[in-house]
Amino acid sequence: MTATTPASETEALPDKGAKKRDIEIIRVKDYTTEVVTDSGEGAQKCSQIFASVSAKSGNGVWSVEIIPAEIQPPARTPASASGNRIRIATEAVTNWGDSANLVMAFNEQVLLARHRMDALAEDAVILIEDMWKNHDDPDIRKEWEEAMEEMSHRSYQFVLVPMEEECLKIVENPRKGKNMFALGILAWIYSRDLAKIREIIAELFKRKSKEIYDNNVALLDLGYKWADENLDFKIDIPTIESEVPRVVMNGNQAIGFGAIAAGMELCSMYPITPATSASHHLGDIIEKFGGIVHQAEDEIAAVGVAIGASFAGKVAFTITSGPGLALKTEFIGLAIMTEMPLVVVDVQRGGPATGLPTKVEQGDLLASIFGQPGDAPHVVFAPATMEECFLCMTTARRIAEAFRCVVMVLTDANLATGQQPFPRPDLKSEWMAAPPDLMAVPEGTLPYDWDSQLGLSQRVIPGQPGGMHVVTGLSHDENSKIGYSPEVHERGCQMRARKMAVFQQTLKRPEVHGDDSGDLLVVGWGSTWGAIEEAVDRARDDGLKVSSLQLRFLSPLEPGLKDIFSKFKKVMTVEISYSDDPNDPFITDENRRRGQLSWLLRAQTLVDVDCWTRVPGQPLRPMNILQAIRDHMPNGVKK
Amino acid sequence: MTECSLLGCGQDEDQYYSIQDYEGGIPRWCPGCGDLAVLTAVEKLLEAEQLAPEKTVFVSGIGCSSRFPHYLKTYGFHGLHGRALPVATGVKLRRPDLHVFAVMGDGDCCSIGAAHWIHTTRYNTNIVALLLDNGVYGLTKNQTSPTSPEGYPSNTQPRGAVLRPMNPIATTLGVTNASFVAQTGDWIPDHLYETISAGFRHKGFAFIRILQRCPQYTTPLFDEAVRNPDLVEFMVHPNGIPMNGLEQIYKHQIPHDPSDLDNGRRLAEPDGRFRLGLFYHNDSIPCLEEVRQQPLRTAEEKIELLNAELDRYAV
Repeated sequence: MTATTPASETEALPDKGAKKRDIEIIRVKDYTTEVVTDSGEGAQKCSQIFASVSAKSGNGVWSVEIIPAEIQPPARTPASASGNRIRIATEAVTNWGDSANLVMAFNEQVLLARHRMDALAEDAVILIEDMWKNHDDPDIRKEWEEAMEEMSHRSYQFVLVPMEEECLKIVENPRKGKNMFALGILAWIYSRDLAKIREIIAELFKRKSKEIYDNNVALLDLGYKWADENLDFKIDIPTIESEVPRVVMNGNQAIGFGAIAAGMELCSMYPITPATSASHHLGDIIEKFGGIVHQAEDEIAAVGVAIGASFAGKVAFTITSGPGLALKTEFIGLAIMTEMPLVVVDVQRGGPATGLPTKVEQGDLLASIFGQPGDAPHVVFAPATMEECFLCMTTARRIAEAFRCVVMVLTDANLATGQQPFPRPDLKSEWMAAPPDLMAVPEGTLPYDWDSQLGLSQRVIPGQPGGMHVVTGLSHDENSKIGYSPEVHERGCQMRARKMAVFQQTLKRPEVHGDDSGDLLVVGWGSTWGAIEEAVDRARDDGLKVSSLQLRFLSPLEPGLKDIFSKFKKVMTVEISYSDDPNDPFITDENRRRGQLSWLLRAQTLVDVDCWTRVPGQPLRPMNILQAIRDHMPNGVKK
Repeated sequence: MTECSLLGCGQDEDQYYSIQDYEGGIPRWCPGCGDLAVLTAVEKLLEAEQLAPEKTVFVSGIGCSSRFPHYLKTYGFHGLHGRALPVATGVKLRRPDLHVFAVMGDGDCCSIGAAHWIHTTRYNTNIVALLLDNGVYGLTKNQTSPTSPEGYPSNTQPRGAVLRPMNPIATTLGVTNASFVAQTGDWIPDHLYETISAGFRHKGFAFIRILQRCPQYTTPLFDEAVRNPDLVEFMVHPNGIPMNGLEQIYKHQIPHDPSDLDNGRRLAEPDGRFRLGLFYHNDSIPCLEEVRQQPLRTAEEKIELLNAELDRYAV
């Protein structure tokens, strides 16, 4: 709580008992809401608060941002659609679901964008700003009519809301404020606690003036009151009392908190979407913990500074996205060659090049594993949930230090901006990095005193008497002396590779979701976990013999895959990366470009792993995966 | 300070280090290479300042000069072409207790690593940066560098360097927060030593351009100046680099107060002689590691603080 929160609740709230209308209570276990506005109208804030208060009310939640690439694209165009999808359920939610059941739209053009994406349920309830329908400008009225015509084949249920008219009662420019009015309406529909919402608003606006807070709360209350007087339905999504305390946050916040919980005191970064919000979050709090966010002059310097800190005994991390990862490639190779512990977080977006800056893709998998010239063994793994984003940073630091290696953590835009509640981590001091040990080592201690069997060696850091040495990116022996002989280079390569084999031996065999044998095994990685398992569960309910496997460790791969695969007639990856459709022109089995995980699994297991992949710039929907499962069943499936 | 959190520090205060204690591998530079003079000056400095070898870090890039750390017995980081400064900044940011030097060549600093040069100047990290400028890419066998003289024939520009050379001193003096900018020559060992020594004692980013002979490729560059002291001009001032009797040999001297940035910038422009000395010095500019230093926390304190943060996200 902050000082700006009002001490008492003096606003007169509508008296629910005074209603004359019949209110229909729609009780559902799983319901998806979208808020969609012109960019800059505050849909994100409205949605974040709604998602957060829904989680705090005890519901399962998964939210996903719908973000245009520009800050202010032309208003009232489909390209301007900015917003958020919030899936709310009785039980835990693991993905954004199929279609939106209720939409709050600030104009018909942004709604049209969602309609064209086929994002809305057949019978979706649509609350829409009514000012455009009878607008003074005939062009706008025409656009409205055409949009309605285009959507008329669906059974959408429209509710016209006089947003502008109502908001003008409180603010001069409703463009800044409609979002809170909308939030008030949502709060009424979903029976959310206004006091909790006010708390969240106070937190979000803690750096703004009291007047701004007051206006926002007045608009919130106005929306609530309008809904109470005018709407005739409410949505009730029952909650299940959680047995454990929970927190709700997005994946980037979780990464930031996780880094602090891991005891890392330096995040060295350069701004890049969608990774940057993690640095915003960290920048806000890390100094309290004795750490800093260093915004370097470029992506290369960002990783260089992290490596320097790590060399000096303070393991640091750098966070980036695809284009930044490409720039960091040489330095990452150097960290591998010098066996410098380093954590690199890649919040993936669509690629190649600048690609889709704000949108999700899993296209960095192979680049992250094989990006460096030469043989550059390192660890690559991918969290699948917000909770894993939090916990993985400790894992990453520990692996990096224990194995003197680079650990890459692959998340994506889906995890980065989506919110999900999860059990509150029970913080432990042993998660934290120990202070650098500067005790003297015997004169002549080798900087790479490799155990021939394990490839592991003890690290010596500056400040330790007796251990002076020069690390080098050149081929070197155990004394870090430059050597170009076949023996030196081959031994170094062998030792750096060997420790990764040792690391792989510490991994657990992954668990199959569903039966251990069957017709089809779907394999995914990272943030697609929830959508894949939901689709598999539905397919299994339909009697299909399908199971799934979600990989966390991509390099080295988790053990037992070949054996697991052998129990299924067919194995297929589901990925958000590009692959050729086998039915496309010129595509043959020889030249087909496959999903990145399927390349990897085929190479490593010699199993003929098929793939179904899409690059829509959005998370996958369970219903699309379900259809892909049906289409790819080895024996064929009747629809 | 960071020391309190570091296990085992502060030992052996009484130990005396001789030159031999700082000597690493046998240098493999060409006979007559100016790098050797710089190495000698640096070893002399380490001894004079009695820097504990384990608390001293030399970071370098790639090139002839970047072999430098291998020939010392301190900690060293021989990294990537152009990227010595980010690594050095990382070391200093988290371990301000260490003495950090960055050794770069002209290709390293002024070409591929130019962004880091500009920005580290602005960060004013407390690092001694030695630019060993021989006006050519030597290790890769004679390619044009940003400081190669116009017309210098190399393997990449065999009919002569097509552009005028860049001026690293003027460039550095143009950067916000430049705090120590000096120029010296490898063939004047006393001035070389005094310049590096002044740079070491400076709190902030000490940028020292060392005009340096390459016996293999750019011999003509400084040959005449080595033989003829009239081709060298020293900037002199009580707050400048001590002359230690050099004024007997070098007749051309120009008074320059190193706190005068405008005059320093004027003097950075070439006018026929190699101008050596301290162009600018300002000890009052904060260092990045000071600006960013936060009180360190114990694991228990961090957990308490983090739990308080998580309360705000509690369901």
